[in-house]
Amino acid sequence: MKREIIIAGFGGQGVLSMGKMVAYSGMVEGKEVSWMPSYGPEQRGGTANVTVIVSDERISSPVLSRFDTAVILNQPSLEKFESRIVPGGILLYDSYGIIEPPTRRDISVFRIDAMDAANERNWGKAYNMIVLGGLLRVCPVVTIPGVMEALRKKLPQRHHNLIPMNEQALRLGMDLVVPVE
Amino acid sequence: MADTVLLKGNEAIAHAAIRIGVDGYFGYPITPQSEILETFCEQKPWETTGMVVLQAESELAAINMVYGGAASGKMVMTSSSSPGVSLKQEGISYMAAAELPCLVVNVQRGGPGLGTIQPSQSDYFQATKGGGHGDYHIIVLAPASVQEMADFVGLAFKLAFQYRTPSLILADGIVGQMMEKVVLPEPRPRRTAEEIIASCPWATTGRTNGRKPNIITSLEMDPHVMENRNLRLQEKYATIREKEVRYEEICCDDAEYLIVAFGSQARIAEKSVETLRQGGIKAGLLRPITLWPFPSEAIARRARQAKGILCVELNSGQMIEDVRLAVRDTLPVRHFGRMGGVVPDPDEVVEALKKEIL
Repeated sequence: MKREIIIAGFGGQGVLSMGKMVAYSGMVEGKEVSWMPSYGPEQRGGTANVTVIVSDERISSPVLSRFDTAVILNQPSLEKFESRIVPGGILLYDSYGIIEPPTRRDISVFRIDAMDAANERNWGKAYNMIVLGGLLRVCPVVTIPGVMEALRKKLPQRHHNLIPMNEQALRLGMDLVVPVE
Repeated sequence: MADTVLLKGNEAIAHAAIRIGVDGYFGYPITPQSEILETFCEQKPWETTGMVVLQAESELAAINMVYGGAASGKMVMTSSSSPGVSLKQEGISYMAAAELPCLVVNVQRGGPGLGTIQPSQSDYFQATKGGGHGDYHIIVLAPASVQEMADFVGLAFKLAFQYRTPSLILADGIVGQMMEKVVLPEPRPRRTAEEIIASCPWATTGRTNGRKPNIITSLEMDPHVMENRNLRLQEKYATIREKEVRYEEICCDDAEYLIVAFGSQARIAEKSVETLRQGGIKAGLLRPITLWPFPSEAIARRARQAKGILCVELNSGQMIEDVRLAVRDTLPVRHFGRMGGVVPDPDEVVEALKKEIL
């Protein structure tokens, strides 16, 4: 098993943290992982993206030409990465702020209205966990128990009261995903 | 078994340094390596191992603090990124001349000048050909993974003390910023004052108590004395060239087309080799781990069976000069690279190889 994932959106959406959760959970589950962020000025208001690879075998390049899975959270990222998904791959996007939806027909496209759901519940800080739940539904790169164990290990004790809410956000994300014909 | 943790390359450097018992870190922040100083400050090793961590007022101050610490036999280090490492060159030259061990980390960014904050390998010449003034070399290690960022801290200090010379870890923004699994070295205590006196008889360790005073200097008034010191340095460099060459070969046994790349670019090129092999092209990767001393013989050996070599570097073609010297123009040697902080993806390397040497 090998998954080569790009997660892209605006700085502040939790793109890099979401990638970190995937990588950390992959490690907890005994996989090889790499996490390569775009870093620099794009973190301050522009687009931010991170390449996450989870694999049973040694990972060669942390930098990729093409991805088998893309999580797209804004229009500029869709324009940048839609063409770089391998045929048969997966595109998951949040419709919030997407003016021109994806046009590829040779990949599986899924939509998740995570921003709306987060706003309704005032769950802004759990936004990326909703999206992560959606990703795990369409691309089970790691398991929910793996993510929960990663959260328990990664979060300082004083924040452990937030773990149930994060699990709720993950499960909500799983329910919100819809395939796009 | 030691715990596996997920860390950025920069963080791994700091954690490894604390665990192997480094005595002091002196630095000044600069992207893309600021996490090194940040991690030290989070970990507060002064409360545990007694390690000194100090944010100096400038890069010049930092490297001269390293000079002072090293002169007293301490394990001391500094880190910076390209423009900051340029500022440290005077101090590095002085330390090479005074035969002082230390670790310098350069997490390279785009240049020249202040350049960009994105990854680059354009300090290869500076790192391997001297950098500062005078006839000297320092040992240069090029990590390609977060595990090597951690492991090379110990290796760099081991070699630095063995040969009494500065060591350099030449990383770049990719290896510094990426996160991977890493097993950190087993913790060991810092050396005691007695251990330092016993293992570094040359160091300025305080009252002499009978022994002749040790003098650490790079200045001589008599040119013949200075020439002798130069001869001693060159003898040492010959030994290092003979004994300390390190490299890794991937898919080289039947390789007709050889890629030579170091650090992050070796990782990208490894993926390109996978792609080329899937397309039936017998490509292989030779990754220099020590950039000085350079694995010239290993490259020459592989070149005998190859039809062409592609050097992949994040610069305009620097290491390629050493590769050409190694193979003496017996086969085509071509360059592919991006500059200024732009990073190629594995397919670009595949295309470059097909265009340049196939």
